[in-house]
Amino acid sequence: MNKAKTLASLSPGESGIVADIFAPPAMKERFLDLGLIPKTTVLCTAQSYSRDICVYEIRGASIAIRDCDAAYITLEKEKSNG
Amino acid sequence: MVKKKKNEPQKDAFVVALAGNPNVGKSTVFNALTGMHQHTGNWPGKTVSNAFGSYTYQNKAYTLVDLPGTYSLSAHSEEEKHADDFLFSLESNAVAVVCDATCLLRNLHLVLQIAELTPNTVVCVNLMDEAKHKGLSLDLDLLSKRLSLPVIPMAARSKKGLGELKDTLAQLAQAPNPSATRIPYPETIEHAVGILENALESLPDLPLSPRALALQMLKNAEEAEKTLLSFSGVALAEAENVQKALLEVETELNKAGISKEQLREDMGEALVRAAEGFMEGIVTEAPTKKKDFSRTADRIFMSKTVGIPVMLLLLLLVFWITIVGANYPSEMLSNLLFGMEEKLLAFFTYCGVSPWLRELLVFGLWRVLSWVVAVMLPPMAIFFPMFTLLEDLGYLPRVAFNLDHQFRKAGTCGKQSLTMCMGFGCNAVGVTGCRIIDSPRERLIAVLTNSLVPCNGRFPILISIITMFFLGASSGFSASLASSVLLTLTIVFSVLVTQLVSKILSKTILKGIPSSFTLELPPYRKPQIGKVIIRSIFDRTLFVLGRAVAVAAPAGILIWLLSNLSYGGETLLAHCATFLDPFAHWLGLDGVILLAFILGLPANEIVFPIIIMAYLSAGSLLEFDSLTQLHALLIGNGWTIETAICVMLFALMHWPCSTTLLTIQKETKSFKWTALSFLIPTVCGLFSCFLVHLLFLGIHAIF
Repeated sequence: MNKAKTLASLSPGESGIVADIFAPPAMKERFLDLGLIPKTTVLCTAQSYSRDICVYEIRGASIAIRDCDAAYITLEKEKSNG
Repeated sequence: MVKKKKNEPQKDAFVVALAGNPNVGKSTVFNALTGMHQHTGNWPGKTVSNAFGSYTYQNKAYTLVDLPGTYSLSAHSEEEKHADDFLFSLESNAVAVVCDATCLLRNLHLVLQIAELTPNTVVCVNLMDEAKHKGLSLDLDLLSKRLSLPVIPMAARSKKGLGELKDTLAQLAQAPNPSATRIPYPETIEHAVGILENALESLPDLPLSPRALALQMLKNAEEAEKTLLSFSGVALAEAENVQKALLEVETELNKAGISKEQLREDMGEALVRAAEGFMEGIVTEAPTKKKDFSRTADRIFMSKTVGIPVMLLLLLLVFWITIVGANYPSEMLSNLLFGMEEKLLAFFTYCGVSPWLRELLVFGLWRVLSWVVAVMLPPMAIFFPMFTLLEDLGYLPRVAFNLDHQFRKAGTCGKQSLTMCMGFGCNAVGVTGCRIIDSPRERLIAVLTNSLVPCNGRFPILISIITMFFLGASSGFSASLASSVLLTLTIVFSVLVTQLVSKILSKTILKGIPSSFTLELPPYRKPQIGKVIIRSIFDRTLFVLGRAVAVAAPAGILIWLLSNLSYGGETLLAHCATFLDPFAHWLGLDGVILLAFILGLPANEIVFPIIIMAYLSAGSLLEFDSLTQLHALLIGNGWTIETAICVMLFALMHWPCSTTLLTIQKETKSFKWTALSFLIPTVCGLFSCFLVHLLFLGIHAIF
């Protein structure tokens, strides 16, 4: 039950904080350019009908990222919610 | 030291590069300052080449270079490379970075990268009106102090802030910014920078400050060498103490276990954190009751259930408006222009022009010109502005989002749907737009398949045939709706063909796996409807008229000559047609149609007029102005439903027009790919028409 959540696991309406990014260099640079670094808060706002690409709000902008790429980004474990 | 670019308007002008993220309104600023007619769009790919403009302020000349939108100076797509190359070439004296006030933190990333290159950087915080709308207030004075750079609030759409920008640039022209932005890096990096800085300080004539140069070298030594030092007297490779310093830095980093890649990453991350630091406390958000329009709209446009149906409905709506809107002007123009034939003939007779020349001018040149203007132009002049409105609204990235899955199955990415959409307007523009696709393989696929989507010039032929052959004698609302539906279905068909061909290409000559990409969905912006419509109609009309004169007129003359010069008892036209007939028949077409497509290489909108002209000249000289009479003419020349279908198929799938071919050559710089771009749609067209012909043969055989 301690498996790290990735960005891809967020459903519309859920948010998370970036823990780490394990991605190929080009992709990592792309993420960096968009402001995705550890400790960034990300909110998932929409999901496609095919469920394999979602829109995330990152530092004020809406960015669509495919699930296969979002899987590179691990999120901090949630503190237990009330 | 400024290198002169070839088409720079003035030699001693102060060169300002206009940079910024995509969708921040850079082009609005550019237009406002230079007054040039450059169309603005709301998705990446609109500004794909370095556009130059100029303005004078207080008796000094300024050249403005509009760079493509880019998120950072580490280029991933062709488009971003253009921006980077220009900035690294240091051909500009100053850089104005346009930012989105509602997203300033992210935008600051690029600002900092550019500030590292040159202290002559001006930060233009645009879209302040939108920020206000969202309840955001920004302390830009504080930001300016922290950055040691001028920061100007702007709302370029309402022309606010532009005067301040001109002032600031004028100040920079007088005296460059003395202080550079100090970006804090972690210890290890600062140490390495220090070592290099010391070594570089001893070199004369550096294009950048030692610290700036040192940072670039750490990030990317080869690039730095190539671009930054290409016109400095000293080649880095030769400077001994620099080499020593580099070695020292390398050993130290190795000891600390930091690879080159890790170093780049760390520097990048440091930049993002620096941006956070600079932005702390700058933005305050007041609670606002205003609902977020974009969010609500996207709940429909990007909805899992209705997203795609809504997309199709929008397409349908656009087509319906095009068809209905074009009817009246078309009729009016037809009556006017064709009605002038008699008068022109009379006029030429009066002038004593010989009969054959008279007929050449009136029945050759004038007639084709009239056809293009009366029948082809109205739909084009209406479709384009509609499309531009959708574009300006910001809707098209949503299309890419909705269709990404389909395109990924075809081996490419959702951005191809954007280039496809551009192709609806003009295939040459679509091809250039493929620069937004990062992966070279996917970009090539998008380029090769772009012509499978019909451009503006092909819509009228599709619309006419649908109206004539599939709707019978009905008219009015139901007819226009029905033709819109059929046209939409035709377009959907061409999209499916594009996906199929892309898939085949992905599995054969352009093998590879789908690449990664991210897509920004800008908030919806209210397009300046009146302005867009008027400018678009005007631009389009001028363009089509221009092409009509340049291409259609000569074609008309040619057709007239072919149909009036005889050899061996038959007109030349009849010879050509008969020659092509057998082959054409296997495609469900006839020789004249095929000839028209061949002659239509320069511009698709002349294909139909050529067909009509050729039929007219072979028989009695009717003049007509309605589709019913045209229908009769076609039937009289042997057209059946099969012909109609095959002509539509071939119109959708045949070689690209010459402008597009030239563009493909320019973009791919390869004869092989250009040749393939010619062959692929042609083969698809030949194949489909052949199949349909066989199908009809089968049907005839059975019944």
